[in-house]
Amino acid sequence: MNPTSAQDPQAGELPLQQLDRVVLRFAGDSGDGMQVTGNQFTRTSAIFGNDLATLPDFPAEIRAPAGTRPGVSGFQLQFASTDIHTPGDAPDVLVAMNPAALMVNIKALKKGGVVVVNTDAFKELDLKKAKCDTNPLEDGTLEGYRVIEVDINTRVAEALADSPLSNKDKQRCKNFYTLGLMYWVYSRPMDATLKWLEEKFKGKPDLIEANQKALKAGYNAGDIRELFQGQYEVPKAELPPATYRNIMGNDALAIGLVAGAKLANLPGVFCSYPITPASGVLESLANYKHHGILTVQSEDEIAAICSAIGASFAGSLGMTGTSGPGMALKGEAMGLAISTELPLVIVDVQRAGPSTGMPTKVEQSDLLSSIYGRNGDAPMPVIAISRPSDAFDMAIEACRIAVQFMTPVILLSDNFIANGAEPWALPDLDDLKPFPVQFTTEKGENFLSFGRNENLARPWVKPGTPGMEFRIGGLEKAPTSNISYDPDNHQAMTDLRHAKVRKVADTIPTPAVEGAEAGELLVVGWGSTIGILKQAVDTCRLQGLSVSRLHLTHVWPLPHGLDEIFSKFDRILVPEMNVAQMTVLLRGELPNHDYVPYNKVTGQPFLISEVVERIQNVLAEPKKA
Amino acid sequence: MTDIAAKTPLTKKDFVSDQEVRWCPGCGDYAILNAVQKYMADSGADPAKTVFVSGIGCSSRFPYYMNTYGFHTIHGRAPAVATGVKVANPELDVWIITGDGDSLSIGGNHLAHILRRNLDVNILMFNNEIYGLTKGQYSPTSPVGTRKKSTPMGSVDRPFEPAQFALGAQATFVARTIDQDIKHMTTVLEAASAHRGTSFVEILQNCVIFNKDFYSSTVDRKVRPDRTIDLVAGQPMIYGAENDKGLRFNGFEVERCAASDASVWDPTAKSPAAAFLVTGMRDDPDMPVPVGIMRNVEAANYEVGVHAQVEDAIARKGKGNLKDLVYAGEMWTVE
Repeated sequence: MNPTSAQDPQAGELPLQQLDRVVLRFAGDSGDGMQVTGNQFTRTSAIFGNDLATLPDFPAEIRAPAGTRPGVSGFQLQFASTDIHTPGDAPDVLVAMNPAALMVNIKALKKGGVVVVNTDAFKELDLKKAKCDTNPLEDGTLEGYRVIEVDINTRVAEALADSPLSNKDKQRCKNFYTLGLMYWVYSRPMDATLKWLEEKFKGKPDLIEANQKALKAGYNAGDIRELFQGQYEVPKAELPPATYRNIMGNDALAIGLVAGAKLANLPGVFCSYPITPASGVLESLANYKHHGILTVQSEDEIAAICSAIGASFAGSLGMTGTSGPGMALKGEAMGLAISTELPLVIVDVQRAGPSTGMPTKVEQSDLLSSIYGRNGDAPMPVIAISRPSDAFDMAIEACRIAVQFMTPVILLSDNFIANGAEPWALPDLDDLKPFPVQFTTEKGENFLSFGRNENLARPWVKPGTPGMEFRIGGLEKAPTSNISYDPDNHQAMTDLRHAKVRKVADTIPTPAVEGAEAGELLVVGWGSTIGILKQAVDTCRLQGLSVSRLHLTHVWPLPHGLDEIFSKFDRILVPEMNVAQMTVLLRGELPNHDYVPYNKVTGQPFLISEVVERIQNVLAEPKKA
Repeated sequence: MTDIAAKTPLTKKDFVSDQEVRWCPGCGDYAILNAVQKYMADSGADPAKTVFVSGIGCSSRFPYYMNTYGFHTIHGRAPAVATGVKVANPELDVWIITGDGDSLSIGGNHLAHILRRNLDVNILMFNNEIYGLTKGQYSPTSPVGTRKKSTPMGSVDRPFEPAQFALGAQATFVARTIDQDIKHMTTVLEAASAHRGTSFVEILQNCVIFNKDFYSSTVDRKVRPDRTIDLVAGQPMIYGAENDKGLRFNGFEVERCAASDASVWDPTAKSPAAAFLVTGMRDDPDMPVPVGIMRNVEAANYEVGVHAQVEDAIARKGKGNLKDLVYAGEMWTVE
């Protein structure tokens, strides 16, 4: 924590210190409600007017054995009075509800940081479950940190003494006690959460009362018990003028798909099979039936994409969503959509692989499989979301490309975006440019089912149109749509499919360089690393280093103009959460540059500090001759 | 189009596409194609509103030969694609063409689920008990001991009985017919089309190249009366060249009896048990192979339910506009 202006410490009164940013991490057992706690703190901070970014970090198991390290669920958020782009590197404050949560998270805590522990959860059995031979509260583990011990179980039991709830249910209100405590520390109003509890537990007055009481008890404990050395305040952020709401990536993506279908003037049909971390998109869209979106929960990943293709064939905008393993299953059907040239949006919320990998952890490792991972020469545009609110714009962009080029499009998200939240500057909807689809209803002269317009797209004829009956399929076809094994035709169709996808580049902007347009190093990123790379590069530039930054939103085809931009830098550093996939792509497409890969696959995002260090080291290394 | 033109009845020729048909000479698929094209014309089908969706295999070339909308998809996935078509536009008359390998091996999951969801579509499953397009490997409907290139010592896995698979997936309409019997097939097609729900029609189909024997021993003119029984709703279950043989239910079994003692067939029974018993007879060389309509009951249609929810949501919340969706939740304004 960096106090920017200490208030005058009047005798006997605790000082109110102003901070410009705080990184807070709640950690507890999966059943402790840490995600709810984190989300409530986020909401309250958003309404208060802070800029913020969040990083939920939860286990794949719904309820791993209670009290164990694999069962630890965490939620980190950074809230600030200044413009921020990441959930922060090291937490300033760690709230640990049990020994497992403490042991899993203590290493991440900033040196000298504050750790709030629930002492009631450090009994012998708790320590055993967490595989602690000694009590970390006593064995020196917490040396160098400021430890604030609170007997949360006891306090909650006291506060809820009059509640008719069972003791077990009373203890389930612990998270709200903790939330109340942190609300006091950071001078947050409780109103929004009190109201939320009323809605959440509508019809269950005992639960509303108990949780509200626990929240208030936590808040008052901060006030009365002098656990902390004072209260802090993180003033409102000076965000650019706009109307804001707090949004998670999966939700912004769902709203973007609704918008995309509307801008295409088509009904949307979203077919999906539940998979972590993409299910949220299906769940959101299922609430938007009155917005012209149908949802189908399919029997498997293959059925999901096939039904979406069927819907596009019938004249709707077919969409599907999944995560890595589901992408592998959908591969053959993607080829069908490419071969039949039907519009389709395929959302891939990437997660750590291979195989089942780490379902709740982040990675960017589906890049090359998205671009190349199908049988045959099967090109498809691929675009990538950068941050939670950007999911709205990129979903629209995916729909635009799909219908304007009659092609499936892969829209890459990742777990960091999907479950992360940030303030969304709501767009002026009049600025959204519509791209209404014109179905072909008459043959006219020289009509061909696989004829081409200026985008090299074929005409879209939908079943139900009299006199236009035609057959399509995955077999190679002549421009008439009839089956063709003619060698020259296959060459021509293959070339056309590639040319069409390449042509998408004519409709996308050349990305801007942030910083000097020439120099020693250009950092090229894509996807969810944007905030971290921006802050790392900004930091390095303040140190006087010759480094600039460029972010790719369209990863296939690459935008025009990159070759010229890259040529003005000695080296190109490519940080990504995979084993150098973008580096491989760039080396193949734009071979005349000196690329330095920088890769991390821990299931956790880059830290700003490690990127800064990497940039410093690269610049210190001698250039290639 | 003028009124007179609109009323001009279509003929079979109107349903024939310009694609050259490329099945082997003598293949049972020709007879089926012919019967379906004729049925389409006779039933007054609208080519513009008719969609044939297929998977992969010899039978799945079928859509290319129909002058309607058609989609030749990928192996086993026709029911999944058809689900999307029907959900997107319930007004379309959707027909799925598949084979025994396409529907019961690689596409078994999708077949089970489309039957369970009971979309109002028709499935024509050409069963020749063999993989034809890959040149003669045994299929999931081939009997144990089938000796083919991939099973030189005979197959060891038990075959599916397609009708029982369908019944197990809660199919609401299950029927079986024979490629060369255009009259019988037409009756079944009519009933399948009239049924509101997923109609599963197995068509015994002759693969002259790779599996002629299975077919000839069952439905050749000479043996057919004694080897098959045509189940007709409300009629006694009798068969034989002289109509002298009967079948009756005895507890949880079906057994042979005199024609006069035969049970009356009822495909609309609440329980699928009787249908399950008669379709199980195929394993027994002493019992006839049943053809006709095994099951014909009503159940809710998936696509109807999906669209009813849309209407319900609109009735409750009004037709959504984007502004209400984007400008929602807790908002704050920075001046």
